[in-house]
Amino acid sequence: MDMNQYLDMFIDEAREHLQAINDNLLEFEKRPDDLAIVNEIFRSAHTLKGMAATMGFEDLATLTHEMENVLDKIRNDELQVDTNMIDVIFKSVDSLESMVHSIIDGGDGKLDVTDIVSELSEVAVGGGTSPSSSSQGTGKATSASDLPFDINDIELTIVQQSIESGYQVYAVEVQIRSDCLLKSARAYMVFTVLEEGGGEVIKAIPSVEDIEQELFDSSFEVLLVSKLSGEEVQKKVMNVAEIVDVEVQALTPELLQKLTGVEQSVVVDASTEPTESTSSQPQASAKEQQQEAQKQTAASAEATAGTPPTDETEEKSQSTAATPAPAVPEPFSDAVSKTETQTKSTRASNRTIRVSIDRLDVLMNLFSELIIDRGRLEQLASEIENQELLDTVEHMGRISGDLQDIILNMRMVPIEQVFNRFPRMVRGLAKDLDKKVELNIAGADTELDRTVIDEIGDPIVHLLRNALDHGLETPEERVESDKEETGLIKLRAFHSGNNVFIEISDDGRGIHREKILERAIDRGIVTEEQGLEMTDQEVYQLLFASGFSTAEEVSDISGRGVGLDVVKNKIESLSGIVTVNSIPGAGTTFSIQLPLTLSIITSMLVKVSTEKYAIPLNTIEETAVIPKADVMSAHSGKVIDYRGKVIPLVFLREVFGLGNDGVRDDAVSVVIVKKGDEMAGLVVDSFIGQQEVVLKSLGNYLTEIFAISGATILGDGQVALIIDTNALVK
Amino acid sequence: MAEQQLQVEDTKVIVFRLKDEEYGVEVGQIKSIERMQHITIVPNTPDFVRGVINLRGVVTPVINLRTRFELGEEEELESTRIIIVTVDDIEVGLIVDAAHDVIDVPASAVEPPPEVIGGIEADYLRGVAKVGKRLLILLNLDRVLSPEEVELVKQIEA
Repeated sequence: MDMNQYLDMFIDEAREHLQAINDNLLEFEKRPDDLAIVNEIFRSAHTLKGMAATMGFEDLATLTHEMENVLDKIRNDELQVDTNMIDVIFKSVDSLESMVHSIIDGGDGKLDVTDIVSELSEVAVGGGTSPSSSSQGTGKATSASDLPFDINDIELTIVQQSIESGYQVYAVEVQIRSDCLLKSARAYMVFTVLEEGGGEVIKAIPSVEDIEQELFDSSFEVLLVSKLSGEEVQKKVMNVAEIVDVEVQALTPELLQKLTGVEQSVVVDASTEPTESTSSQPQASAKEQQQEAQKQTAASAEATAGTPPTDETEEKSQSTAATPAPAVPEPFSDAVSKTETQTKSTRASNRTIRVSIDRLDVLMNLFSELIIDRGRLEQLASEIENQELLDTVEHMGRISGDLQDIILNMRMVPIEQVFNRFPRMVRGLAKDLDKKVELNIAGADTELDRTVIDEIGDPIVHLLRNALDHGLETPEERVESDKEETGLIKLRAFHSGNNVFIEISDDGRGIHREKILERAIDRGIVTEEQGLEMTDQEVYQLLFASGFSTAEEVSDISGRGVGLDVVKNKIESLSGIVTVNSIPGAGTTFSIQLPLTLSIITSMLVKVSTEKYAIPLNTIEETAVIPKADVMSAHSGKVIDYRGKVIPLVFLREVFGLGNDGVRDDAVSVVIVKKGDEMAGLVVDSFIGQQEVVLKSLGNYLTEIFAISGATILGDGQVALIIDTNALVK
Repeated sequence: MAEQQLQVEDTKVIVFRLKDEEYGVEVGQIKSIERMQHITIVPNTPDFVRGVINLRGVVTPVINLRTRFELGEEEELESTRIIIVTVDDIEVGLIVDAAHDVIDVPASAVEPPPEVIGGIEADYLRGVAKVGKRLLILLNLDRVLSPEEVELVKQIEA
């Protein structure tokens, strides 16, 4: 079977589960008594294991399995939780992550897990005796008097009544070949076979839902009510392909009695063939029982809000019994998508579908085509001056405007998915640096365009590292300076106008102006005289100069050969701005300002020679027509006085090599653009006007063209280039 | 290298004209053939990059093959076409004087390129094919479009 088509789904879900494990582990570390969290973790690990096994990623499955063992003991109160244990689990999650990454990169997801597995089992041994985890199929019946599962009162009643009505009750353990690809389908076939001839499965371990989702290793157990003899049942099940072993154990009234300690009121001769009239009885009575049971569970569900797993299984098995035909037949893909909807629904009741970003890009492209055609239609309609046509075109314009909003919104993703990995990272870093820190995240639901999301992670990582390494003091230093021992790092995202802001602030030692200046002068970035005249802001900006690092010595954390200049470049490539603010002794705040989306930008269209160019509006300060007489010469360049500030003029015709004929000689049209505090005047031939344009790349052939950040298609179908003003402002 | 490239099987090629010569490019590498249209100049690119066009919503670079092969400039003609080719993940339009034929080239008809043909370096050629009385120059597009090559030209020009 070709698994590739499921790979994407697997990867997405694996990431989700790993994230969930990470988050919950962090939570658990804070509240080690909360076993509900362990259950959450266990569930994620379990699902992950099932998925990995199905996809044939053995190492992944092995490791998750070991992890599960530890978790299982924790939730059964057999293990005392300590930091070491959490560390080991985190370590295994790291390994799992790298395996998943290897898979993402097209690898086989293999990794030597022996070490970490032995560490895990060591941790696991630390606790009591190894309990059997039912879901792992280890809860095998060992002796005739042992039942593989607990039976609750309701089930017991069903069993008793069935026996009274002349049915046999069996505990059936089915072993499926471990390399079976469609385990749930096999399980379904087994269920069908078992229920032939009026049989009914009244309980399954793991629950039928879990079985449907392949959340079991290679065996599962069911409690079966049937008219058939034990051998017959066994034979029938064995007839299903890929079944290795079937163990059928009859539940005699004696056994039940022993099991429950309750005197059985009626003992029926089990060998009696049931008559026609009684054949439907157990089913009916079972159902009655169930309805009652469901009421009970519903009532008790409230009382046990943090539902222990047994309750859950119980509930599930009941709902199963209520629908005698279990599980819809499963093409595997269905099973997977079910897992998805289910896990989703446990987190939020959002009804969502996954759409690949490629498809959204295609949609976006098609849509921009539509916008272009709309522009043409508008133009034609105004020429023809037919009122009906004009009305229709206008209506179409409105609808496509709404459509544009929807499409753009579809590309927006909460920044949460970037922020998610930080708590874990900060925990690790703090450990490495021997610092105490609390990470406070706000605004994780702030949405950003997908293209930005993909790129923004690294800069934030860098700034967080910076805050931890350079910003925060050691606990001792903090105590000395009358601060809380634990430092606080705040990560905050919020919308403002057409921008998204991301702030990383710490309450550490702050930035010392002198230190930075000293270093900058050392490195020849500024001269001593320049330094004296600089404002604090300007000094802080020096942090972003290339070749600048304030670390006294290169540390593991930030001394990776990259400085904050990398951060700055990255953010500028996203059309963003990064600024620093600091109060010495009280902390530092890095603030990143980003445009909401990179795919559609508002721009100013200008004409230079025969060509049209788009200049992003967010970089424009003002446009002006300046008399030639006001243009001054300084050194070899032309400058103008703009509100008391001397700014250089950039003649686009020259920069773009477009020739000099037909230029006005009485005045220049200037677009004043800014980059941080710097400004420049771009000289154009004329202004066309403001327009929303769809940003398009120039393809893989023309890469990195000076001062051009992309292209767009205008209403007349022609391509206009988008000017990268950052490259033009010195 | 020439030997290796000769291991071609029978191919179908699109025949186009540049100056007086006929050239062939494998059909599989060609996406479409377009008429001339407005080309937006892209500044600071090598001479042979004419600019970009709007190819049904995709911004596509266009190369003037004459300039690329230093065959001299020519007025735009009624027959001038842009052949859109795809090599690896690069999509580029090639301006040619005319595109008029699709023919089968049997592997046996392909010969290694002579050292110099019409000024084009042998590197850019897969070989020369004799089909009937016609002589076709088979282009090695991977080479013609390689990004390293573009970089090289940029540096030389700068």
